[in-house]
Amino acid sequence: MLRLEKRPNPSKTWAYMAPVLAVFATMIGGGIMFAVLGKDPFEAIRTIFYDPLFSEFAWYYRPQLLVKGAPLIMIAIGLSMGFRAGIWNIGAEGQYIIGAICGAGVALAVYPAQSAFIFPTMIFFGALGGFVWAMIPAILKTRFGTNEILVSLMLVYVAEQLLASMSLGLLKNPEGFGFPGSRNLQQYASAHNAELWTGTGIHMGVMFAFIAVIFAYVLLARHQMGFHIRLTGESPKAAKFAGVNPKRLVVYCLGFSGALAGLAGMFEVSGPSGQISIDFNVGYGFTAIIVAFLGRLHPIGILLAGLLMALTYIGGEIAQSSLGLPSAAIQAFQGMLLFFLLALDMLTNFKLKLASAGSHP
Amino acid sequence: MNMKTILASAALAMTAATGALAEKTKVGFVYVGPVGDGGWTYEHDQGRKAVVEAFGDKVETMYVENVPEGPDAERVMTDMALKGADLIFTTSFGYMDPTINVAAKFPNVKFEHATGYKQADNVSVYSARFYEGRAVQGHIAGQMTKSNIIGYIGSFPIPEVIRGINSAYIHAKAVNPDVQFKIVWAYTWFDPTKEADAAKVLIEQGADVVLQHTDSTAPQAAAQAAGNVITFGQASDMAAYGPMPRVSSIIDDWAPYYIARTKAVMDGTWTSTSTWDGIGAGMVGIGEISSAVPADIKASAEALRDSLADGSYHAFTGPLNKQDGSVWLAVGETASDYGDGGLAGMNFYLEGIEGDVPN
Repeated sequence: MLRLEKRPNPSKTWAYMAPVLAVFATMIGGGIMFAVLGKDPFEAIRTIFYDPLFSEFAWYYRPQLLVKGAPLIMIAIGLSMGFRAGIWNIGAEGQYIIGAICGAGVALAVYPAQSAFIFPTMIFFGALGGFVWAMIPAILKTRFGTNEILVSLMLVYVAEQLLASMSLGLLKNPEGFGFPGSRNLQQYASAHNAELWTGTGIHMGVMFAFIAVIFAYVLLARHQMGFHIRLTGESPKAAKFAGVNPKRLVVYCLGFSGALAGLAGMFEVSGPSGQISIDFNVGYGFTAIIVAFLGRLHPIGILLAGLLMALTYIGGEIAQSSLGLPSAAIQAFQGMLLFFLLALDMLTNFKLKLASAGSHP
Repeated sequence: MNMKTILASAALAMTAATGALAEKTKVGFVYVGPVGDGGWTYEHDQGRKAVVEAFGDKVETMYVENVPEGPDAERVMTDMALKGADLIFTTSFGYMDPTINVAAKFPNVKFEHATGYKQADNVSVYSARFYEGRAVQGHIAGQMTKSNIIGYIGSFPIPEVIRGINSAYIHAKAVNPDVQFKIVWAYTWFDPTKEADAAKVLIEQGADVVLQHTDSTAPQAAAQAAGNVITFGQASDMAAYGPMPRVSSIIDDWAPYYIARTKAVMDGTWTSTSTWDGIGAGMVGIGEISSAVPADIKASAEALRDSLADGSYHAFTGPLNKQDGSVWLAVGETASDYGDGGLAGMNFYLEGIEGDVPN
């Protein structure tokens, strides 16, 4: 019989090994699923993991990985700060939407003026929008002790309603024949978050995602605030003795993650997406939670996890169009990744022991 | 025959063979929902299958389902174009700008965008006059309702949906002056949970007819559970729910169009066009009117359908006023497709409908 024994200290080796093994376990589990569906499992796995990186059209997919991964990484970096300190912002999706509305709103308010100041102003208001939206759960928590998980999550639905209202009303394209959706910012030079290198699709937001990774790394390693965050997560009592102000930490963590989510929304709406529309948000704020944990709440880990997630999306689409795999199979495949990660994560804190006969109760 | 000729003819044969392979026309389809939604996407996929059936080995199709409207759609289309697609159908309104963007990068690939209004040299648009089907629905619903309350599940307040509401309303009103419409907006094209909730709310408010402009069969199931409530299949026949609650349906039939457009690409005769076909052209079908509908109502509904099909009657014929009482169409005037007050951009309710178009 196998039994679990708690480790005195979490295993460092397993903390690093778990995600890698989870990917392999997913390949095996997914391969079996694809085989049951009547597809060649090796071809399917190769299409998902290998083709986006090394196939004939990899020159197109590689930069697309960065474009798809950037918002995930940016949001996950923000979330990881709070998660480390036990502050749970589940509403990044809402902050992402509000950031997009504020950023696009600034541009549409001054349309069709052209100025070099417009895009920086949009960046500022995008971040501010996400920040303010995150301040609602922050202030409610510090003032009235509400639960930030519930409040931030509920505010996602409020943000979605606001998004629908903006698409149908205030920000609706006056030249859109009554159809919902704003003007397309891709056709508004001063507001367009254009690709930096022709044909790659890589935009300013990708750069900001990298900056966020570096910033978070330095903050955690070098800055007192980073120390407070780590300390609160590891030992709340010790943090208290060290003089950490828990309320300030709540405001700081929620504000930081909100601003980053808002920025991600702003870069998305002004670049790849182009317009505010009812279906603008596609769940980056929720997927980023998975990315944060898959990346062990560590900036470099999140960078890799974001790219891996993007790889399964893009590889999954290629597998759909070239192998005829149903999209539900791809979603199940992504779900397996999280499932195996959580299962293997247990080995970080527990040891598998072969119980000798008669020794167990 | 010497060795040289054999080799030469072998080489020729091989060129011919690879040439034949390359001639296989590749057609891509981008879907907003799952192919098993039983409604909108299901019917587009039926169209794809019809293309395969019609051309066999000469055609190769590919599709990606559940594609969000935005940058993801753009990537999926690019992927298809890179893989050598000759023709790509993008089957949701929200794919409009992505289609235009990708089309600009691949001038040799033809694109067909459903329900939009932006054309380009290699982008055609196509849609169906679903409102003609709504007229038949309203005609049946107005006579079948006993509570005089007809529930309507709207998806998004866009012209296509508003046209449907208006058309169903005026035709219900014509046969039953006491009829009243209750409209719930689900803000989704496909979400069985939300659609079922919307149907239940309407039924609780006394509606004994539920019309839907969303794609799942959840409202049908909710009506079945409630008992004496009738529904109409949306986008697909949904015959599994007949004869009650489903008494008829609007069926989107894309197959003839998809086959014709694929043929045009094969023949090299494809040009950018704007197509808006209705019952007459077969793009909109009225599903079998079930035995739950009395024979006289069925007969008059079929007569209405036929008059819409042969063009002797237009679903929007004056006198019709807007909700605020101002004149939209004078006596005998029929609605134009485009321009001021045209059907394409219809964003107002007609007189008698309560509530506001969400803004």
